[in-house]
Amino acid sequence: MSLDNYLYLSAILFTIGAVGVVVRRNAIVVFMCIELMLNAANLSLVTFSRINGTLDGQVVAFFTMVVAACEVVVGLAIIVTIYRSRRSASIDDASLLKR
Amino acid sequence: MEPLLTIQTPETVLFWFLAPLSVLASLGMLLVKKAVHSALLLAWVMVTLAIFYIAQGALFLGIVQVVVYTGAVMMLFLFILMLVGVDSSDSLTETITGLRPIAITAAVGFGGLMVSLLGRATLGREPVGLDAANGPGNVQGLAALLFSKYVWPFEVISALLITAAVGAMVLAHHQRTTPRPTQREQSVNRFRSDSLAGAAGLPGPGVFARHNAVDVPALLPDGTPAPSSISATLKARGDVIDSAQFQLDNVDTSVVEEK
Repeated sequence: MSLDNYLYLSAILFTIGAVGVVVRRNAIVVFMCIELMLNAANLSLVTFSRINGTLDGQVVAFFTMVVAACEVVVGLAIIVTIYRSRRSASIDDASLLKR
Repeated sequence: MEPLLTIQTPETVLFWFLAPLSVLASLGMLLVKKAVHSALLLAWVMVTLAIFYIAQGALFLGIVQVVVYTGAVMMLFLFILMLVGVDSSDSLTETITGLRPIAITAAVGFGGLMVSLLGRATLGREPVGLDAANGPGNVQGLAALLFSKYVWPFEVISALLITAAVGAMVLAHHQRTTPRPTQREQSVNRFRSDSLAGAAGLPGPGVFARHNAVDVPALLPDGTPAPSSISATLKARGDVIDSAQFQLDNVDTSVVEEK
């Protein structure tokens, strides 16, 4: 087996996450799909770290995890705030700027 | 020349066993209706990725993946799911016409491009492997990098983490601008509303003596179910049982007016 297989898996997971962001309507599920995309990117970082024989890729993946945690905290707070005022977690309902 | 890195058979078996499972789980994430099921499938994908990290010599990241992602982040997701509850946005119906075929076409194009790109790209050298870099230990190696070469990004990211925590507190903090209505005011408002139907409180759920669970709407005197007697969340989830099956057979439901 070649290490490329990990990169293929990462690309596939990233694509699936991107489809989820576009297709699903529940804001929380959209968020989970973004998490999937971040995780897929992390997998390729770890794989490249192994290909290059240095730990730099793992350090960057570690930073990505921290950024993802920040993003989840703020994003879920926004979802809760929107839900509190509009009683809906659907991303199609929050379209005030359009009208 | 002997290659620098040979991948052992157990890792190959592990990959071909777990990779299809993780792809299936992430596809299932898109296809299942309930957000809670999506969350559980995502947790599984994250556990698989943690196993891949450990198999690839990233022991620390694998453990952090389990602790931070499947532990903290997914718990936060489930917690927010519990707060927000279930609503119509869970449905898989397409609201923007033609969105789904376009999205799938774009995804196939993007994924195909990525995969074919990866297939054609060459690094120009053999994979090195992490045996040398992990020599004194994976955690020690990472720490040496974090506190020397990457110390500035590390500090910046800690500032980001604190900002995010403060931001979440500011966003989630809720201050009442009007005083909370007292029970007396609520009662007065019920009687002053247009209809007196809810003046004495909403009807409770259940059919007396036959089935008194909260998911069975009460029956009105004319035999029709009372929609106001059950929670809107149960209705949105589709968990309401038809109360007609609990009706007594020998009860005359036609309203007889006595003169």
